[in-house]
Amino acid sequence: MSQKELIRLTNAGYQTTDRWLVRDVSLTVNQGEIVTLIGPNGSGKSTTAKMALGILKPTSGEAFCARGLKVSYVPQKLMIDWTLPLDVDHFFRLTSKPSIQAQHRAIEATGIGHLLNQELRSLSGGEFQRVLIARAIAREPDLLVLDEPVQGVDFSGENELYQLIGAIRDDLNCGILMISHDLHVVMAKTDQVICLNGHVCCSGTPVSVSQTDEFQALFGLRGHADIALYQHHHDHQHTADGSIAHEHHAGCSHD
Amino acid sequence: MNIMLDAAMIDDFFVRALLAGIGLALMAGPLGCFVIWKRMAYFGDTLAHGALLGIALGLLFELHLELSVFLVCTLIAITLFLLQRRASISSDALLGILAHASLAIGLVVLSLMTWIRVDLMGLLFGDILAVSQRDLAIIAGTLISVSAILFVTWRSLFAATVSRELAEAEGLKPQRAEIIFMLLIASVIAVAIKIVGVLLITSLLIIPAATARRMSTSPGQMMMLSSIVGVCAVILGLTGSLNLDTPSGPSIVVASVTLFLFSMTPIAHRIQNVLKGE
Repeated sequence: MSQKELIRLTNAGYQTTDRWLVRDVSLTVNQGEIVTLIGPNGSGKSTTAKMALGILKPTSGEAFCARGLKVSYVPQKLMIDWTLPLDVDHFFRLTSKPSIQAQHRAIEATGIGHLLNQELRSLSGGEFQRVLIARAIAREPDLLVLDEPVQGVDFSGENELYQLIGAIRDDLNCGILMISHDLHVVMAKTDQVICLNGHVCCSGTPVSVSQTDEFQALFGLRGHADIALYQHHHDHQHTADGSIAHEHHAGCSHD
Repeated sequence: MNIMLDAAMIDDFFVRALLAGIGLALMAGPLGCFVIWKRMAYFGDTLAHGALLGIALGLLFELHLELSVFLVCTLIAITLFLLQRRASISSDALLGILAHASLAIGLVVLSLMTWIRVDLMGLLFGDILAVSQRDLAIIAGTLISVSAILFVTWRSLFAATVSRELAEAEGLKPQRAEIIFMLLIASVIAVAIKIVGVLLITSLLIIPAATARRMSTSPGQMMMLSSIVGVCAVILGLTGSLNLDTPSGPSIVVASVTLFLFSMTPIAHRIQNVLKGE
């Protein structure tokens, strides 16, 4: 199976009027691959995803996107105004009309069949999240971008959603770029983890939860085949304000 | 309906005003829904205030009034668009500055042109005596083009309304849709002045839409109901205006506010349930 390159950022950075939100990010998402972005609040995860999606144009570096790429996006926040009467069924047709079968499968997979005629505004946080994901997969995308897809979802629901996201990858053979709200726990099927804090701090593959005893001791209740632990290997440290602290070593001549 | 189509009747000023008002309400319905969904009521108001500047400049340079209003509104929309990106001033302050600056400049220019006698009350509050056959033709043309453009851009405009970033990410070019939307609003304002007047145009956009909200269960339904409510308000308002000798704009607005209050009663909820059952 050829691994088609879907999106690629090369040394991409984004600068607002007064500061860099993120700098020098390079990442690639290939077909059938799951890439997870992690990092503390304000570390530039969403900005990076938006550059990859073409919502933001990088101020430096480059963003590449395969031609004719069909993208589905699950944003971190979506405010539905009271004045807008929009139910789940109509929401499915927001950016394109999915095929009936695809919509059916997406509804079944996310278990939202009973919500179809509900107005979006009346849904709970977890239900809304499932609806967002269902809409995104009903489009049968080549690339699925998920910004904190399991926020507001309870633990068992979280495992279920990770299972679902893994299944989507296998079914559609699409690439997935996911932003995780957790610094250490990622989806087990992730091929690559990128840790951001204004720049790429480290990247690598996650360690399966079942392989780390200390993790099981800590999160025993959550221990499940669908989540994994990511061990950070940073060569630098951040101070409280996010700037990079210089590490003193043998060769240092100052104090 | 046969009576309305009678050519002799179209000569009658009241029937002309009625037809113009209905045409206006039909296009203001769907656009007004977008205005309230996008929380752009004040934006519409700013463009409407700018319309007076358009009239003043149109008279000064002897242009078609509708055309000069459309051009000035478009110019204001573009200015806002650019300033919002750069300026550090909040956008509602910016809207307030532009609205009143253009209204004031318009009034000053009008009063300086002593050689032209302008019916200022008519411009500000509408004048049903003013609708000519030519105006009717312009409204009909605008109605057809606005509907056609809205039909074509509907999906990207609606997606951009729900979430700009989502629309952008999924390849719908929301920015283009939003620029087209501004042009549509500018054209509705250009043709609405004679009926409702500069100061009350936005109410024709937002009151019917707000009335429709309480009765509808989907966006399409809300746009349709909004047009229907607007048409009712125009018929009631213009009839009242004729019988009570009141200015047409305020009369239409009073009628639509009455309908809006009616929509707050439990009866509107019943209508919603009936529409849901369909």
